[in-house]
Amino acid sequence: MSVIYVLLTISICVALIFFIAFVLSVRSGQYDDAYTPSVRMLFEDELVAPTPKENNNQNNSQTE
Amino acid sequence: MNNDQCYHCGEPNAKTKIVFDDRTFCCHGCKTVYEIFSTNDLGYYYQLEQNAGATPDPITGAYDYLDNVDIISKLVSFDEDGVQVVNLTIPHIHCSSCIWVLENLNRLHNSIKNTQVDFLKKKLRVTYATEDYSLKELVTLLARIGYTPNISLKDYEQKSATVDRSLIYKLGVAGFAFGNVMLLSFPEYFEVEEFWLEQYKVVFRWLMLVFSLPVVFYAASGYFVSAYKGLTSKMLNIDVPIALGILALFLRSAVDVVFDFGSGFFDSLTGLVFFLLIGRFFQQKTYGFLSFERDYKSYFPIAVSRLQQNGNEENIQIYEVEKGDKLLIRNQEILPVDCVLLSGGARIDYSFVTGESQPVRKEAGDKLFAGGKQIGGVLKVEVLKSVSQSYLTQLWSNAAFAKNKASDFLTITDGIGRRFTWAVLSIAFVAMAFWLFYDATKAINVFTAVLIIACPCAIALAAPFTLGNLLRIFGKHNFYVKDTNTLERLAQVQTAIFDKTGTLTSASENTIFYEGIELSKEESSLLKNTLRGSNHPLSRSLYELLDAHEIKTLDEFQEQTGKGVLGRHDQHSIRAGSAPFVGTEPDSNSFDTAVYISADELYKGRFVFKNKYRKGVREMFVELSKNYSLAVLSGDNDGEREKLAQLLPLTVPMHFNQRPEDKLAFVEKLQETKKVLMVGDGLNDAGALAQSDVGIAVSENVNVFSPACDAILDAGRLADLAQFLRLSRNGITIIKMSFVLSLCYNLVGLYFAVTGQLRPVIAAILMPLSSISIVAFTTLATNFLGNKLKKQVKT
Repeated sequence: MSVIYVLLTISICVALIFFIAFVLSVRSGQYDDAYTPSVRMLFEDELVAPTPKENNNQNNSQTE
Repeated sequence: MNNDQCYHCGEPNAKTKIVFDDRTFCCHGCKTVYEIFSTNDLGYYYQLEQNAGATPDPITGAYDYLDNVDIISKLVSFDEDGVQVVNLTIPHIHCSSCIWVLENLNRLHNSIKNTQVDFLKKKLRVTYATEDYSLKELVTLLARIGYTPNISLKDYEQKSATVDRSLIYKLGVAGFAFGNVMLLSFPEYFEVEEFWLEQYKVVFRWLMLVFSLPVVFYAASGYFVSAYKGLTSKMLNIDVPIALGILALFLRSAVDVVFDFGSGFFDSLTGLVFFLLIGRFFQQKTYGFLSFERDYKSYFPIAVSRLQQNGNEENIQIYEVEKGDKLLIRNQEILPVDCVLLSGGARIDYSFVTGESQPVRKEAGDKLFAGGKQIGGVLKVEVLKSVSQSYLTQLWSNAAFAKNKASDFLTITDGIGRRFTWAVLSIAFVAMAFWLFYDATKAINVFTAVLIIACPCAIALAAPFTLGNLLRIFGKHNFYVKDTNTLERLAQVQTAIFDKTGTLTSASENTIFYEGIELSKEESSLLKNTLRGSNHPLSRSLYELLDAHEIKTLDEFQEQTGKGVLGRHDQHSIRAGSAPFVGTEPDSNSFDTAVYISADELYKGRFVFKNKYRKGVREMFVELSKNYSLAVLSGDNDGEREKLAQLLPLTVPMHFNQRPEDKLAFVEKLQETKKVLMVGDGLNDAGALAQSDVGIAVSENVNVFSPACDAILDAGRLADLAQFLRLSRNGITIIKMSFVLSLCYNLVGLYFAVTGQLRPVIAAILMPLSSISIVAFTTLATNFLGNKLKKQVKT
């Protein structure tokens, strides 16, 4: 009946994986700004699809 | 399409609106931004939010100091391999359009690699290649599209403050352990004599012990530290009984498990710590975009232009400015030091210092004080004192700025903690003594049970949740309080002191009245026609005031910058401007801004501009005077005394000609007998704000300016100050009611504990039940109060 030990080990391992994921996400700064991403995801990408920049020479002075 | 509004910034269009691309704009600045956006496929900016833009400020040479490599290296947070990363504070960030356009900044220049907005902190992080781009060009670009960054000495000194995330980690650890321990202890709750459960009980209990270790030694460590500090300074704060409870819980449970006496109280232990940490988390509501610690450094430029002996200009950091240096101060630049004006038409706006926004005119040879902002042309000045020695900045060496108001204050929770600790300890010892005689085997059990059940979790939660919720409610009504400790101090205030200029009066609105010989109809018509040609702000407001007249073409029109305007029509002439310009003596008894008028070279009279008192000031004073003693302090002369006396209740004393140190001393003297609230706005109030028990800064634009303080109040809400104060007092009442409620729970628990019947399952029910009911009660009660506030504000 030692299967319960196996189950316990697995369940704790799973719990620990999630816990480590949580710590890593906090460390990477995910929780520092909890507001901006909620706005950012609503922007519609298709409206800003990059078009070839032929007419924006007024700000760009880079040499290629 | 709304034709009365600027398509870019939403300001009502002036008579001289600009039509471009079928859209109307209030000025060329706004039109230019629109052009930049629309030619770079950023037109979506206008679809996200309407009229989201800001009129760009005129920028000419304002960022020249960013050519200085030393300064750049201190501003950027990363600089390697031709890539720089910089964090800029941009006060204008306010909507989704702002986020969108700033995060698509790379479309405006190829060298900008990546931009990221932190909306709540109003910060923009830009990564750019330095090969053919520079910080100066970036900042200039931002300023050109209306997102002028705020670069101040403060950024220069502390570039990267590390974020403290320990509370989140602790909360994670405690929550993780709490959930797992609950799961593991579930079988114990039913006390079923089941074979397999009996078999593995020991394994489960040891696992719970292991899970509780990080909770006690990491998550709860703050409570042990705080309790130890409290004990060493002979103050029994609320953390002492909490730490005692946690320790008793842990030791008792560990002994239970190790010697196989029972299951222990690990579920209660982890739950307790988890709930307590949630309380702490809730308590810390931070306003990332506001700063309560600002001093003069946040407003001063980081660099100025110094004139070298040979006449060349160089940009130097302001700490390098020395006595005798000659500096150039340009339009919109702030004077960093006390100095003497050498040449140039000085019109100095001291609104940072005094709250008075009308610029003051100065002549060559006049002394100028640090903190003033030049409006108009270029000034040449000679430095009298270095930055830290200047009149205004000296104030910051006062001891008032060094003290920590929060640590000197005994909160209501800590106050009850002291009595509570003694009560719990005496009950525990009496109960133990009793059981020693009666049944000695149970004595230690009872002793620890009392400490466990009496752990004041609910009491410790009452204040964070009540005050934390009030803090949020206040924030929604544009009253931003630094922390819950400040809120408690606010409730105890007995005296309120007000600054006048900029606090009681509005900085942006004026009332204008005329003194002197009445102007004839022809003269007034000529004046209006003359003023039409002038763009000076005083001319504009005067122009709006005068009755409409037919438009005449003037025979002659002259505008002398910094002096006045002259108009001539049909042999008649009119002058409007400074006293010398119209040929009269300025009225030395009045410091109010005035426009002098002469017709046909004959002095007629003057228009005086006076600050308008904010709406509801009178009602607020009447309301406050019922419960508080009040006073008004003003740095101005007593010219306003009569007007102010009409506005205020008779009992309110008024003090005029108060220098910043006087205000500080006034507050200090009052504090001998009373708790003082100071309400001010400018840097000249900073000393009094720091000295007072609670300092509230009134600000017309909370993003831009406020001196160091404990709370920031939106100027439009000044009239509601009495409501806010009452609400904070009601908040304390709610906390006291919660204390009574939680004591009831404790009494029930103590009954079980003292009689020796406390089983883990009872503790596991009682502890969360009391905590949750306290949280529910305080949240509902404060929301109820908040709704009342909303109604009062509406009516």
